[in-house]
Amino acid sequence: MRSPPIPEMATQEVQLNETLAHLKTESDTLKTKLEEERAKLHDVELHQVAEKVEALGQFVMKTRRTLKGHGNKVLCMDWCKDKRRIVSSSQDGKVIVWDAFTTNKEHAVTMPCTWVMACAYAPSGCAVACGGLDNKCSVYPLSLDKNENLAAKKKSVAMHTNYLSACCFTNSDMQILTSSGDGTCALWDVESGQLLQSFHGHAADVLCLDLAPSETANTFVSGGCDKKANVWDMRSGQCIQSFETHESDINSVRYYPSGDAFASGSDDATCRLYDLRADREVAIYSKESIIFGVSSVDFSLSGRLLFGGYNDYTINVWDVLKGTRVSILFGHENRVSTLRVSPDGTAFCTGSWDHTLRIWA
Amino acid sequence: MSSSNVATMKKAVQQLRFEASINRVKVSQAAVELQQFCLQNALQDPLLTGVSSSTNPFRPQKVCSFL
Repeated sequence: MRSPPIPEMATQEVQLNETLAHLKTESDTLKTKLEEERAKLHDVELHQVAEKVEALGQFVMKTRRTLKGHGNKVLCMDWCKDKRRIVSSSQDGKVIVWDAFTTNKEHAVTMPCTWVMACAYAPSGCAVACGGLDNKCSVYPLSLDKNENLAAKKKSVAMHTNYLSACCFTNSDMQILTSSGDGTCALWDVESGQLLQSFHGHAADVLCLDLAPSETANTFVSGGCDKKANVWDMRSGQCIQSFETHESDINSVRYYPSGDAFASGSDDATCRLYDLRADREVAIYSKESIIFGVSSVDFSLSGRLLFGGYNDYTINVWDVLKGTRVSILFGHENRVSTLRVSPDGTAFCTGSWDHTLRIWA
Repeated sequence: MSSSNVATMKKAVQQLRFEASINRVKVSQAAVELQQFCLQNALQDPLLTGVSSSTNPFRPQKVCSFL
C-alpha cells in the first residue's frame, strides 16, 4: 500500500528532530561514561597519600612593602622577570610600574577607560600590556626616558566584543593570550595585531587564564562564570580537558609549578586542585568559617603552599598536600583582588580594593 | 532553525567523545608525583623555608649603628 505523499519540509523537520534526539542521547551517554571513567581512577585522596609527609611549622609572613599611589581599587598586577619590578592597574584607569624594592613609581600611564582589569609584564621587561572595559588589550613599550609620554607609543593588539578580563604574554614579547567577558580566549600577534587562534567553549564570561609553565607545553587553562575550568591546545584551538566542580564563578586559575596540575579560586569560597593526568579534582581547600569568594591564587615555588586572596580582605595560606590552612594574613582594608608570587619565589604581592599593593615575605 | 541546533549538538558530542577518550592515571599515582615534586623542590622554596634576611631582598636588613 502506498502512503499518501508528505510535503518535503515536514519530512526534513522530522528527520532533524530525530537526529537531535539521537545526538542528545549520545551526549548523555558520553557524559555518564566520562564520570564513570574518572570515578574508576579515584582510588585515594591527595591528603591521604600525604599523611606521612611532615607537617609544616609556623609561618612568619608580614607586609614588607606597601605601594601607595593608585587613586582607586587595584584590579590586577604582574611581576617583571627581574623579580623587582611590578606593573599594576586600577579602576581609575591608571597603570603604574613600580620598583618593589624601593617602592618608587617608575612609569605611569592613564588609559582611556576606567576598570583596567588586566595587566601583564612582557618577558623582556621592556613593555607592559593592559586592558579592561575598552574591550582591548594594548601594549605600551617602556621607555628609559621618564619624561616620554608612554601613551603616544601605545599599540592596540587585541579586540574583543566585551571586557578584557586577563592577558598574558606567551614565551616572548611577540604573542599575547587574552580572555574576555565575550566568552572567548584568543591568541594575538603583537606586531600586526592579527588574531592567531581563538578558543570557544565557555558558556559565559571568561575571567582568568594561565599559561602552562613549560616552554614546550603549548597549553593554557581558563576559568569562567560558567563554573568551568578548560585546558586548551594553543595551536589547534581545541579544548582538551574540562572541569566543572566549582559551585560559582572561577575568578583565578594557576598552574602547579610542575605543570601537571592547576589550582582555581572561586566565588564559592573554595580553592581546588585539579590533576591533569588523573583528569579530576584532587583536593578542595575550604573551611566552614571561610564564606567569602576567592579572587586570586598562586603557588609557592615548590608547589607546597597555595596562597589565596579573598573578598573578606584576608590571605589564606594552604598546605597543598595536606589540604589544611597553615596561615591567615591580615593587612588589607578591603578585598584582595589580585595575588602573584615573585619569579624567584622570595615574596608575593597582593593588590586590593583599598587602593594599595603589599609585598609579603 | 533546527539544523543549527543539530550542528551545535554534533560539535558538543564530538568534544565529549574526545574528552572521554583521553588516557588517565589513578589518583594514587598522580598524587604521589605531586608530592614528590613538592618534596624535591622544598629546599629551593624561599617562602616555605623562610629565607633569612641576608638573602631575601624584601626582608629588613640588620642595620649596624655606630656608638
